[in-house]
Order: sequence, then C-alpha cells, then structure tokens
Amino acid sequence: MLIRTDNITKTYLTGTVEVPALAGVTLEIDKGEYAALMGPSGSGKSTLMHVLGCLDTPTSGRYWFNDRDISTLDDIELAHLRNREIGFVFQSFNLLPRLSAQANVQLPMLYAGMPVRERQARAAELLEMVGLKDRMTHNPNELSGGEMQRVAIARAFANRPSVVLADEPTGNLDSKTGVEIMRIFGSLAEQGNTIILVTHDQSVAGHARRIIHLADGKIVS
Amino acid sequence: MRLVELLRLSLETFRTHRMRSFLTALGIIIGVMTVIAIVSLIQGMNYEVEKQISSLGSNTIFIQKFAFGMGRLDWDEINKRPNFTMDDALAISQLPTIDKVAPSRSRTLNKITWRSNKVTNVDMSGSTPALAEVGNYTVETGRFINSDDSLRRHQVCVIGGYIVDNLFPYETPLGKRLVLDGKSYLVVGVLARKGSFLGQSQDNVVVVPITSFEKDFAPGRGFGELMYSIAVAAMPKKGVPIEKAIDDVRELMRRRHKLGYDKPDDFGISTQDTIRDIYRNITRVAYIVMIAVAAISLLVGGIGIMNIMLVAVAERTREIGLRKALGATNQDVLWQFLLEAVMLSLVGGAIGVALGLGIAKVVELAAHLKAAAPLWTILVGVGFSAGVGIFFGIYPASRAARLNPIQALRYE
Ligand SMILES: Nc1ncnc2c1ncn2[C@@H]1O[C@H](COP(=O)(O)OP(=O)(O)OP(=O)(O)O)[C@@H](O)[C@H]1O
Ligand SMILES: [Mg+2]
Repeated sequence: MLIRTDNITKTYLTGTVEVPALAGVTLEIDKGEYAALMGPSGSGKSTLMHVLGCLDTPTSGRYWFNDRDISTLDDIELAHLRNREIGFVFQSFNLLPRLSAQANVQLPMLYAGMPVRERQARAAELLEMVGLKDRMTHNPNELSGGEMQRVAIARAFANRPSVVLADEPTGNLDSKTGVEIMRIFGSLAEQGNTIILVTHDQSVAGHARRIIHLADGKIVS
Repeated sequence: MRLVELLRLSLETFRTHRMRSFLTALGIIIGVMTVIAIVSLIQGMNYEVEKQISSLGSNTIFIQKFAFGMGRLDWDEINKRPNFTMDDALAISQLPTIDKVAPSRSRTLNKITWRSNKVTNVDMSGSTPALAEVGNYTVETGRFINSDDSLRRHQVCVIGGYIVDNLFPYETPLGKRLVLDGKSYLVVGVLARKGSFLGQSQDNVVVVPITSFEKDFAPGRGFGELMYSIAVAAMPKKGVPIEKAIDDVRELMRRRHKLGYDKPDDFGISTQDTIRDIYRNITRVAYIVMIAVAAISLLVGGIGIMNIMLVAVAERTREIGLRKALGATNQDVLWQFLLEAVMLSLVGGAIGVALGLGIAKVVELAAHLKAAAPLWTILVGVGFSAGVGIFFGIYPASRAARLNPIQALRYE
C-alpha cells in the first residue's frame, strides 16, 4: 500500500473560531492507481492534498507513506520525501518566472543533487514527453497557460516520484486545453504512474479509474 | 544542493535587481574603499617618510630650543628659553663622548638669481664643515664649506641640484657669483641630489658658512628668531651608545643654563627614533579615524543588506514555498539567502577594493607618493565584507528557511 491514512483531521484556527477542514479521512491508495478527488468548494480537497503531499501536518490521525509513519519524520526527511517520492501540480502552475522551462523542470533534480548533464538530459526527455521539445529555453512569460501546466507536469515527474498530486490542474485553463492536459495525465497513468487529482469537472474526473467524493471534510463515497 | 548551484542562484538577484543591489552594497563599498585608500596612502607615506628619517642618520642627536612633536607646545615658555650659541655648540663638541657637532641656522630665502635666471623659496642653512657628515650631505662637484670659510666669513655657498637646473642649464655653476636675497655669494660646490619628498624637491637648498649667515641673513627678533635660532646636530664617538651621549649633552646644557635639579629642561633633544615615534603617533591617529569610518559604513552597509534581504524574502515567499514543495530542505533555503547576502557584500567589498586602489592611484599621481596597498588590506577588506554579509544575512535567511511551505505558497 502506497498511501494509507487513518482518521485524519485538520482543524484551522482563524482567530478564535475553529474551522474543521478535514473531519476524519481514512483512505488507501495503491501503487499505480489513478484517482480523482471531487467535492464541493470548501469540502477539504486541497487540505487533504497538502497533507498527502507532506506539505502540511494533520491535527490528528495517522498517515503512512510507503509504510512509513509520516509523524516520525524530521524536516530533512520530509523534504527528502517531497523531493523523491511526491510530485506536485498546482492550479496556478507555480513556475519560477526567471527560469527557462528546462531550468524549471530541473529544480527537483537540483535538490536531489543530480549532476548537471544528467539533469539536462532528463529535463529534455520530460519536456519531450509533454510535447514541449521546442519550448525548452522559453521563460514562463513566453508560454501559454496550457504550456505552462505541461512544464509543471514535466517538473512533477522529474525524480520519478511514487505519486503525483495535482490540485485542479485544469482549473485555470479553457476546456480544450484542459482536455489536452488530462490526456497527458491519462497516458502517464497508463504507464503505471500513481496519480491523484482534484477536479470539479465530472468529465475530467471521468478519465480517472477511481473517484473519491469528499463533503464537509469526510469521504462520502 | 551543491555550492556551485547555490552561487548561481545567489548571483541571479544581481541580474534582476541591478540598481537595488548596487545601492544596498554602497555602504560596504564606501567602507572598504576608505580602508584600502587610506591604508595604501599611509603605506606610501610611511615609505617616503622612512626614507627621509633614515637619511637623518640613526646616530645623530638634534639639540634645539624645543624637541620635535611633544604634542602641545607652550610658545610663551619656549620664547623665554635662552638661545643656543656657538659657545654651546663648541662645549658640546668638547664632550668626550661626542665626535662631531654641526651648529646650524636656517631660513627660507626669497630668491636666488644669476643673470636673468632665478629660483625662489630656497631652503638656506648656515653651518660648519661638520654638517657634511652630520647632515648626510655629499658633494658632487667642487667642495663643501671649510673652516677657513667659517672663520673669515667668506661669502661662499654650496648649492643643490634643483638650483643648478634652474640657474645653470648650460654651464658649470662652479665659480659663478649668485645673488642671495641681495647678497653676492660665490658657488664653490654642488651637492649630490636627494630627490623629492611628497612632490617637493629636496635639492632646492643652499648651504653657507654659519658666520656669513649671521652677518648677512640673521632674522630679526620675534618668532623668526625663535624658529631660526641655532640648532645643533651632534654625532657620538664610535662605540658610544647614543643614550649615553644624550645624557652627557643634557647634563652639559643643564649646567650651562644653570638649571636647578627640580627644573625641567629648557631645551629639546631629538633623535631619529623620537622623530619616528612622532610620525607613528600621527599615523596611528589616521588609522583610528579610518577604522571608525570603516566600521560605521560597514555597520550601515550591513543594516542595508539585512533590510534588503528581508524585502527579498518577503517578495519571494511564494518561491520559497514552491522550492520547499519541490524538496528544498530548510538548509537549502537558508544557504540560498545567506549566500545571496554574502555575495551582495562581497561584490560590494570587491568594488570597494577597486575604487580604493583607484583613489590611491590618483593621489599617488597627484602627490607623488608611492601608494601601495599591501595584500593584507585587500584580504581584510574582502574578509570583513563577507563577515558583514554573514552577520546581517543570517537573520533574513533563517526567516526564509523557517517558512511553512503551505503558508508560503498561499502568500500573495
Ligand atoms: N489556511 C487556512 N486557514 C483557515 N482556514 C482554512 C485555511 N485553508 C483552508 N481553510 C478552510 O478549510 C476548508 C477547506 O478548504 P480547502 O481549501 O481544503 O477546500 P477545497 O475543497 O480545496 O475548496 P476549493 O474547491 O474551493 O479549492 C475551507 O472551509 C477553508 O475555508
Ligand atoms: Mg482547493
């Protein structure tokens, strides 16, 4: 089992008001699964993704990643885990504006300590995989939204992570571009990659092999 | 992450924020520039002054109405002191520990003319033949003043190379009659050149017998008289320690001036060493001022760096969040920002070194100083600026490192 959570809760404290974002999530994701996370706005989808991505820690409950209890890991081990085992795709792309597409894709490999040559070769390979072979040297401001998201996908897969988490990856794109992005996710899932993505769009979720519905911080189906 | 990558990352800021980086580094630039410029100038001065002091001869004792330096002088008290006389000089020369004595008086001549040629502001000394040895003068052609000149008040003079250049560009000066502020003097010798000191020729000099000086040039009473009263340069006998000779001279003069045991000296004795000490005191003050200026500008520069780094961390909060999401450790982020601060101050330090050397070069050309920045000043300048970068960069960098990735990513 790649991901296993046991009754995870996350409560935000805004002023004196406690906002329960996750109210006990128990979830298992297997290696090679392609899952879509759906639910109304505010149901806790992003919060869950952050917890699964080790960017945030749950208020209570336990989380095992590859059978390792996340709560026992220190800062460096968590950074290592995010670097090697987890890939992130954000709704707003989050590319560094001053770096070329290729340099952006290289970032996770940089933190993994990969030598320059290898990094460049792998970045080229990844950009070719998402169909941006001829855009490698472009800066983000010279790319369309769809192209930026494809760079972000290439970056997420850089260190061959165990799982890629995508939070509304098509949220900022028009439907036609969104379909292209989903096709890329589809083919990457076909190749055996584990992918969890958040979406509001039923047709987008239709691409996934499993749909998890979240409401009020709980899994409803 | 490897150092090379971090360095590349930290240099990135300079490309994107050129003006801001420059303004931030300005404090460091000024601080380091000051240090380098002042140190190289002082070093240049040291070289020139040391040359000058050495030329006095390590064994010569100077006896005057007042010693050189000594901080604040009480001119009223000094004015009341008895003048040195030729008899004093004679008595000193008869001390068993003293070899040679050269009493001399000096003043500045307005002009010396020969036919239509003239030189102005000439340093004139009236002395005895012993001055050649005691005052380190070498005769190039002709002869020095001799005892016969002294005795008979001959109107003869020995002139420096600068005067030769200006009065006799095409012929030999020997045997020519010069007009020294209205008095006619025969040239009997030419002195070997001593070169220039701080751009001032040391060969614009004329030496005449002290007896002739008294007759023709002795200044009137008042301040002039004080300044130009007889100074005695004495050399101890071979094998006599200079301290012993000084003691003898002091005791002799106290006796001649009939000073009680509880009265202070009413004359001053200086040596090469005391003059060197005075010079060292002056440069020490210059160093202290320099250190203060440098410290203040480095402090201001450091605060500027801290400020700009805090701004940079705030501006790049999202970037920090993203880097952490992609696997940057706290340390990676810390190093990124710390190195950026260090690079900022190091580049400032390097610019400061370059500017400081430039200023030293300009002054060198203008003031004829041989300015030299020793390697240590450059290393200290660069080292200090790196230190400032670390000291003032560590807080912003650790703030960046401690950012929570999710909150950082959400930051607008
Ligand atoms: N940093 C925070 N501080 C306080 N409350 C928060 C914070 N982040 C999220 N919340 C709250 O937690 C709940 C879940 O938010 P979350 O972002 O996970 O929802 P979501 O399902 O991703 O919504 P959307 O579909 O609009 O993105 C919301 O009620 C939200 O207001
Ligand atoms: Mg969300």
